[in-house]
Amino acid sequence: MSLIVSSTKVCDARASSSTVEDPALEKETRDQDELDVPWQVVVHNDPINLMSYVTMVFQRVFGYPRERAERHMLEVHHKGRSILWSGMRERAELYVQQLHGYLLLATIERM
Amino acid sequence: MEICRKGDELEISDLDPFLAELLRQIPASAEAEESSVRQRLFSLPADASEKEICAEWKLYVEPELRSLFQTATETVTADLEQLNGKEKSVRNCTLRIPTQHADAWLNALNQARLAIAAKCNFTDGELCDHYRSPIGSRRDLSLFQVNFYGFLQEFILREVSGDGPVERQPD
Repeated sequence: MSLIVSSTKVCDARASSSTVEDPALEKETRDQDELDVPWQVVVHNDPINLMSYVTMVFQRVFGYPRERAERHMLEVHHKGRSILWSGMRERAELYVQQLHGYLLLATIERM
Repeated sequence: MEICRKGDELEISDLDPFLAELLRQIPASAEAEESSVRQRLFSLPADASEKEICAEWKLYVEPELRSLFQTATETVTADLEQLNGKEKSVRNCTLRIPTQHADAWLNALNQARLAIAAKCNFTDGELCDHYRSPIGSRRDLSLFQVNFYGFLQEFILREVSGDGPVERQPD
């Protein structure tokens, strides 16, 4: 989903040894620093989704063993939210997409 | 009503006309026409202040989710055709769900439960009242629907996760 295009600078080969960069040719769609910031996948409480269903989804999406999945499910149930995973944005977005496919309330947040 | 696994099928037998009708209503209940339902089934992937993420999501991910949800309800609709025979009226009937359709059923039942709850905006007290009679008001019936669909979800989950009771042999 996210489009990662690294900062590209094109230099004029005919330019003098001082190599003046042409700002018009500089393309930068997203700051690399922003992409490197860790993100977290958060699941929010929902009174309708069954506890057993939520546990199954955590096992399927994250490959967590049942005990860990249940721990997260109970944290969602009692505290209203649980951080399921943290890391690079692209992967976090993919996890959130999968969780929404199971109709869970999930968001990505900057850490 | 009796519910059990028989080989590669989940069988709901002795289904009375009232419960059969509730099952027939799963696809219609899952429709996301009202804005409250759309908001729940297609919730935002991030805080609304993350405009870029939310915009990309609307453009690329939401259509995929819509398609996923529709495929699930179509599978369920096809299975429910078994309930639309000539003997629809007053006789108890049987529904057989192939186990490979279990995920579609879980998804469609969840869509329906979430959609009904979004429309009715049930209180926590109502959601904990599992024994309320469906006879009384449309709201009571909707609550019964949410609980009945939840019961089916629990059964399907138990069977697909291998936690179910010993399988009954085919007759």
